[in-house]
Amino acid sequence: MTDIPALAKRNSRLPVSTMAILALFALMVGLTMAGVINKYIQSVLMFIGINIIFSASLNIVNGYMGEFSCGHGGFMAVGAYVSSVLSVVLFTENSFTGQPLLPPGSAIFLFPVVIIIGGLVAAVFGLLVAIPSFKTRDDYLAIITIAANFIIVTLINNIGAVGGSRGFMGMKKSLKAMEAVIDLPYMIIWIFIFVVLSIVMIRRLMNSTYGKGISSIRYDETSAEIMSVNTNHMKLVAFMFSSGLAGIAGGLFAHVMGFVNPASFSIFKSTEGLVMVYLGGMGSLSGSVLSAVIFTLMLEALRPLQILKWVLIPLMLILLMQFRPEGLLGNRELSDVFPKLKRIFIRKDSSNG
Amino acid sequence: MAETLLEIKDLTHRFGGLTAVSDLNFEIIKDEIVGLIGPNGAGKTTVFNLVSGFYVPSEGDILYKGERINGLKPHEIASRQIGRTFQNIRLWSDMTVLDNIKISQHYRLGYNLMDAFLQTKKYKKHEKMIEDDAHELLEEFQLSDLAHEMPKNLPYGIQRRVEIARALSLKPALLMLDEPAAGLSSSDVSELIQYIQWIKENFKLTIWMIEHQMQVIMSLCSRIKVIDFGKELVTGTAEEVRNSPEVIKAYLGDGEI
Ligand SMILES: Nc1ncnc2c1ncn2[C@@H]1O[C@H](COP(=O)(O)OP(=O)(O)OP(=O)(O)O)[C@@H](O)[C@H]1O
Ligand SMILES: [Mg+2]
Repeated sequence: MTDIPALAKRNSRLPVSTMAILALFALMVGLTMAGVINKYIQSVLMFIGINIIFSASLNIVNGYMGEFSCGHGGFMAVGAYVSSVLSVVLFTENSFTGQPLLPPGSAIFLFPVVIIIGGLVAAVFGLLVAIPSFKTRDDYLAIITIAANFIIVTLINNIGAVGGSRGFMGMKKSLKAMEAVIDLPYMIIWIFIFVVLSIVMIRRLMNSTYGKGISSIRYDETSAEIMSVNTNHMKLVAFMFSSGLAGIAGGLFAHVMGFVNPASFSIFKSTEGLVMVYLGGMGSLSGSVLSAVIFTLMLEALRPLQILKWVLIPLMLILLMQFRPEGLLGNRELSDVFPKLKRIFIRKDSSNG
Repeated sequence: MAETLLEIKDLTHRFGGLTAVSDLNFEIIKDEIVGLIGPNGAGKTTVFNLVSGFYVPSEGDILYKGERINGLKPHEIASRQIGRTFQNIRLWSDMTVLDNIKISQHYRLGYNLMDAFLQTKKYKKHEKMIEDDAHELLEEFQLSDLAHEMPKNLPYGIQRRVEIARALSLKPALLMLDEPAAGLSSSDVSELIQYIQWIKENFKLTIWMIEHQMQVIMSLCSRIKVIDFGKELVTGTAEEVRNSPEVIKAYLGDGEI
């Protein structure tokens, strides 16, 4: 009916959000390169980015689909180890192949590919929970997700070639190889890009009729089947996509740290994910982003407490469930709370008028 | 020529030791409105659940347009265009009415995950088709104003209407209604009767309904099957059923007839 004006409006809106993102990107890279923000702030920014991907991806399963996955850290581990081993073997002198398999400089193009491969392998590991989810729900499935987390971490603990429980390192050398070609803050750049890509992909999926099939499972799985939604297929998509993104977060994490060990991806990591999802609000993408920022900053503030933070974080989860189980944003998006934002950021017509 | 749409052959279903449906036979002819009645616990809903693939029958066959559909998953049966409603409304009560209608078009999505990520031409084309069809359907059902409401915030009678509209978004050839009049006031009931008649004419489909309210069954159905304890008692016209001694006996003491 009103196709043409709608299109015109769309085109004038699109650049605003894109430009805001580009501006933020330029600002962060610029400030980093100019030496205005120090290494510590850089690392906090990067952890925020990684946590955004981690919590937003967990939100697909725990928020949109309404299942309770408590083993998200396991998939992060898979992505971290796969991309770390690849990156070390391909671009650096290493104990597996001696010489790097590829010219180290090629990392400059292949680094994101390595991260994505880590994500894809993690997505395959997502089958560990996706397949049981066809027959199992709720508490029973939650137990399976914990089991999956343990299986993955224990496997890595027992693979001597990647250092077992001592961990695996050498990823800093890949970054050095990239910096030798052109000196750029690669991790900041790639984390930023992967955060934007993850958010755009999740949003596009969850706004599509296809992706809403995932939410229909949350509200009534029987209805979904009866109304032609292939629920097993949707579960497969949700679990694999979710664990794939966790794998990407893991790969990025490993390269920021330059070192990984299995203990970093235990049930503790998964719990951090849960806190972020429930703090932000189930099924709220902007909630996940917001809570990832808050949570990361809070972790930094609590760092002096060391192990005691593991009293505070679970306590926070308890208080949250008691007093605000719907999280900061509940089911809503930031744009629903501040309608003005909608005009800027929401391109797709979902207005009520 | 009368064309058989759905054929049920020697259908039996047991829940553990309880035989909920026993050796049932039924043919539903294209373009008719048929009724399935019986006292509480007779096995009516179980028959619907068997046809929509919710349970796999212990014995017997279900043929839809000549194809055996028992053993198929519910979504596969829905995709063959069998729509149904539930005795207790089962809308996605926290998603908008519009989303309820749109999601029920999964059977003809026409694009895949990659198309959704990249928002390809194909994606946009099919999303538009789904959206347009949803609005058209809502318009026909005079629900356009409620497109962005959540069903949980709507009155019961309207929810019933939304649920029927949702079933129709499957573009069914067969529509199965499980007690559509349950919980409605008597004025709503007479409206519902006209409404079902209108749906049949307007969407040119075959309707199979379970109903306790005899007024609804008697004024709409050309044929009625009565079951009790999962077994057939009689099948016939409203008149024949009303005068059948077996039916009277089965319902004796049951105030609803
Ligand atoms: N999932 C199930 N497991 C065990 N028994 C069941 C199940 N579903 C139904 N039953 C039993 O099967 C019998 C038939 O139930 P059904 O729901 O089909 O009856 P109905 O004719 O629809 O009754 P109503 O008029 O009350 O809706 C009942 O005795 C019921 O208790
Ligand atoms: Mg029933």
